[in-house]
Amino acid sequence: MNRRLPALAQALSLSISMSMAFLPLQAQDKPQAFIGAHIIPIEGPDIERGVLVVQGGKILAVGGPGTAIPEGAVRHDAAGKVIMPGLIDTHSHIGSPEGADSTAPIQPEVRVSDSLNLRSASVMKARAGGITSVNVMPGSGHLLSGQTMYLKLREGQTVDALAMEKRPDGSYLGGMKMANGTNSRHATGPFPGTRAKSAALVREQFLKAQDYQRKLKEAGDDPKKRPARDLGMEALVEVLEGKRVVHHHTHRHDDILTVLRLQKEFGFKVVLHHVSDAWMVADEIAKSGMGASIITIDSPGGKLETKDARMTNGAALEKAGVLVGFHTDDPITDSRWFIRSGALAVRAGMSRKGALEGLTLSGAKLLDLQNRIGSLKPGKDADFLVLSADPLSIYAHVEETWVEGAKVFDRADPKQRLYAVGGPGASHDTDDLSHLLALEAEETYQ
Amino acid sequence: MNRLTFLLCVSAALQGQSLAIRAESLYTAAGPVIQDGVVLIQDGKVSAVGRAADVKVPSGLTVKRAKVAVPGLVDGRSTVGLSGLLNQSHDQDQLEGSAPLQPELRAMDAYNGRDPLVSYVRSLGVTTLHTGHGPGALISGQTFVIKTDTTEVTHGVLKPQAMVAATLGDGARAREAGKAPGTRAKQIAMLRAELVAAQEYARKQKEAEKGKEPPRDLRKEALVQVLRKELPLLATAHRAQDILSLLRLAKEFDLDIVLDGASEAYLVLDALKAAKVSVILHPTMARAFGEMENLSLETAARLQAAGIPFAFQSGFEGYVPKTRVVLWEGALATANGLSFEDTLRALTLGPARLLGIADRVGSLEKGKDGDVALFDGDPFEYTTHCVGTVINGVLVSEGEETRGATH
Repeated sequence: MNRRLPALAQALSLSISMSMAFLPLQAQDKPQAFIGAHIIPIEGPDIERGVLVVQGGKILAVGGPGTAIPEGAVRHDAAGKVIMPGLIDTHSHIGSPEGADSTAPIQPEVRVSDSLNLRSASVMKARAGGITSVNVMPGSGHLLSGQTMYLKLREGQTVDALAMEKRPDGSYLGGMKMANGTNSRHATGPFPGTRAKSAALVREQFLKAQDYQRKLKEAGDDPKKRPARDLGMEALVEVLEGKRVVHHHTHRHDDILTVLRLQKEFGFKVVLHHVSDAWMVADEIAKSGMGASIITIDSPGGKLETKDARMTNGAALEKAGVLVGFHTDDPITDSRWFIRSGALAVRAGMSRKGALEGLTLSGAKLLDLQNRIGSLKPGKDADFLVLSADPLSIYAHVEETWVEGAKVFDRADPKQRLYAVGGPGASHDTDDLSHLLALEAEETYQ
Repeated sequence: MNRLTFLLCVSAALQGQSLAIRAESLYTAAGPVIQDGVVLIQDGKVSAVGRAADVKVPSGLTVKRAKVAVPGLVDGRSTVGLSGLLNQSHDQDQLEGSAPLQPELRAMDAYNGRDPLVSYVRSLGVTTLHTGHGPGALISGQTFVIKTDTTEVTHGVLKPQAMVAATLGDGARAREAGKAPGTRAKQIAMLRAELVAAQEYARKQKEAEKGKEPPRDLRKEALVQVLRKELPLLATAHRAQDILSLLRLAKEFDLDIVLDGASEAYLVLDALKAAKVSVILHPTMARAFGEMENLSLETAARLQAAGIPFAFQSGFEGYVPKTRVVLWEGALATANGLSFEDTLRALTLGPARLLGIADRVGSLEKGKDGDVALFDGDPFEYTTHCVGTVINGVLVSEGEETRGATH
C-alpha cells in the first residue's frame, strides 16, 4: 500500500500540470491552422489538402491549399489525416444521469443537470469517441422524466464547465425527455397501465400547462395577477412555446403515431428517439415534419417492443425526407463506437452524405443548435476531429478531439489513449489511474 | 416412408451439393491469399482450392463469383438458439436457475434452430456455432457445436457434447441471500468438492463387482467426462484473480480447460502461456462494466503476440443487442493491433482447432466441408456486405438480413 502513495502524489501533480496545459486562453489567443488534411466540412464539398483555421474557439476559415494562414498562427501538420466536425450524440446517458423518481409518471420540474457526475470515465470515453456535443437525458421509465441537458465536452468536470449554454435565469440549455410504450407503463402506484392511459395522462398535463400559460399571458407585467410559481408548469410552458424540444422515446409504429398526434394537438417541437418501427411509418413521420434520432444495434431482438427494428431505418427515413440524426443511448452502445452508427446505416442503404450529416449537422438541427455546431463553417464553434482514415472505415481512429479550439482528447497521450482502447482503470470514475497502470506494468498478479 | 427411403433422404442431405466459388481474393486460412482463386465443392466437400488458372471446374457446374471469399465463420462461443430473439421467458433457455451445479444439462435438448437469430448470424457469414448453456451459474450445463443451416438437431451437429460451461466470480454468485455460492472462495470450494465426489463416483463404478455398481448419476458422469478430459471445462472468468484460481483448480485436478471471457487476460499472459490454456476472448465491444471494466480492445493482439491460442466469440447478451456478431467483434480487434490474417484465423481455423473440429471446418482445404462466406470487399469494413453464405456447397444465405424477425 505504501508503495502506491508516491504514485498518487505524482499523479496529482501531473493532473495539475495537465490542467494548466489545457487553459483555453493559451490555445485561443493565437490562431491555429491545421494544414494538409482531407477536410469533410459537411456543408459544402470535401476539400483535398485543406486548411482549417481556428481562433478564439471559433472557426475562422476553411478552404483549399491556398487558404490564407494568419501571421503568427500555430501550424499543425495534418497531412494524411481526415478532419471533420465533432460528432453530436443526440441521446446519451453518460455522466450517470438521474431524473424523475417513482412518485409520479410526469415530473417536468426535475432537471438532469442536478444529477450529473462529469468526472465519470464515460465522459472521457465520449471525448475519445469523437463526441463533442451531447444531449444527456434521464431514462425512459416515465411518461416525462425531466429536463435534459446539452453538454459541450470541453475540458472540465462540472456542469457549469460543460454546459452548452447557461440561460439568463441560471438554468441550462436542454430539452424535455418523454417516453411511451412499455418502458413508461408500470401498472403500479400513479403510473399508467395501458397505452391509452399513458396518452390521457400526458394530455391532462399539457392542458394544465396551457391553462397556466394563459394565466401568465393575462397577467402580463402585473406580478399580482400572476399565478403562483410552478416550476413544472413553467418548464411545460417552455415546451408549448417551442423553447424546449421534447425528446421522445418511442419504438412501436402505433406509439410513434401517438406521439405525432399529441404533437399536433399541442404544437410542441419533438424529436422521435429510437423509432424501431420507423421503416413502417416513415411517410407519416415525414408528413409531420418532425425529425428522428436513431440508433444502430448489432442484432435485432433483446427487447420485445423492438423486435421489428431494422438496420434500414436510416435509409427508409432518409428516403422519406425525414431529418435523421444518430445516438448512442450510451451505455446501450458505447460512445466510442458512435462513429460506427453512420457506417452501419450506410451498410444498410443510407447515403454517405446523409450518414455523415446524421453524425453531425442533422444532430445539431435536432437540438436547434445548427447555428453553432455541426459543420466546419466560419463563425461556428471550433469543434472538430482529426481522424487517421475515412470516418466510415473500421480502420479509422479518432486521433484528436478538439472543442472550441482546445484539444480535449489526444490518442498519442498514453493516459488519454487508455479511454479509447480500455485497460486497467479505463472505466474508473477517477482521473488517477497511475497506480493501476503501474500494476499492469509490473504484472503484480503473477 | 420406409426406413430405407428415410436413410436415402438423410444421406442426400448430408452429402450436400456441388458448387464452384471464384473470388478476386480467396483467403483459405491455411495459406497465403490467392488472387483470382477458386474453391471447388463437390458433394458438399472441398475438392480443390487454387488459382483459377489451375483449378479445372467441371462443365455445367454453377460458378458463384465474389470479390472476397473466406472460410465460413466459426463462432467460438455463443448462446444463439438457446437465448432467443424475443428475450421473453419462453425463449430463454441458456441458464437454469434452480441449482448452482448442473453439468448434466445438454445443449441439444434446448437448441431452437428456427430462432431468427440463427439465420441472422448465418446471413453475416457464420456457418458454425459453438453454442449452449451460458455463463451465470457455477456450472450451467454443456455446450455443443452445430451448423447454422440446421433447423432441427437431427443433423448438422458436429459435436453433440463440446464442453462443460462454468463461471467464476460475480457472475456465479447466488442471487439470493443465504444461498451458495456467496463468495469466490466458496465457489472454488464447491467445484473442488464436486470434482472430488465425481472422482469417488468413478472409482466406485470401477471397483464395484459387476451388477453391484452404484446407481447411475448423470451429474457426476458429466464431471467424470471432464476429469477424463473427454470434455474441456469452459470457464468464464474475467478478473485476473479468478483466472488464476481457475488455473490452480485445473492443475489440482489435471483438467483440460478453456478460458472464456478473460477481460484481464493481459495481466496474466505468462501464467496462461505456462498453463497452455486456450482463450475464447470476450466480444471486443462487450460493455466495460463490473468485472469486465478493465477489458481492452487490444487484448486479442496481445494474446496473439504472446502465442496464446484464442478465438473470437459473440458471447451471451441479456438485453440489446440480443446477440453480437462475431464478424464485427473481430473487425474491431483488427483495427486495434491484430493483423488481418490473424483476425481471420481467430474467426475460422482458430476456433475450429479449439473445438476439435478442424478436420471438418475452419479452413478451405481439400476434404473439408464446403463452408464459405462471400463478401463484396474487405470483410471487416463496416460498409461492405456479406453477399452469400455457403454450407456444404449450398448457398444458404444470399445477403445480410437487416432484421431477425420473420413475417
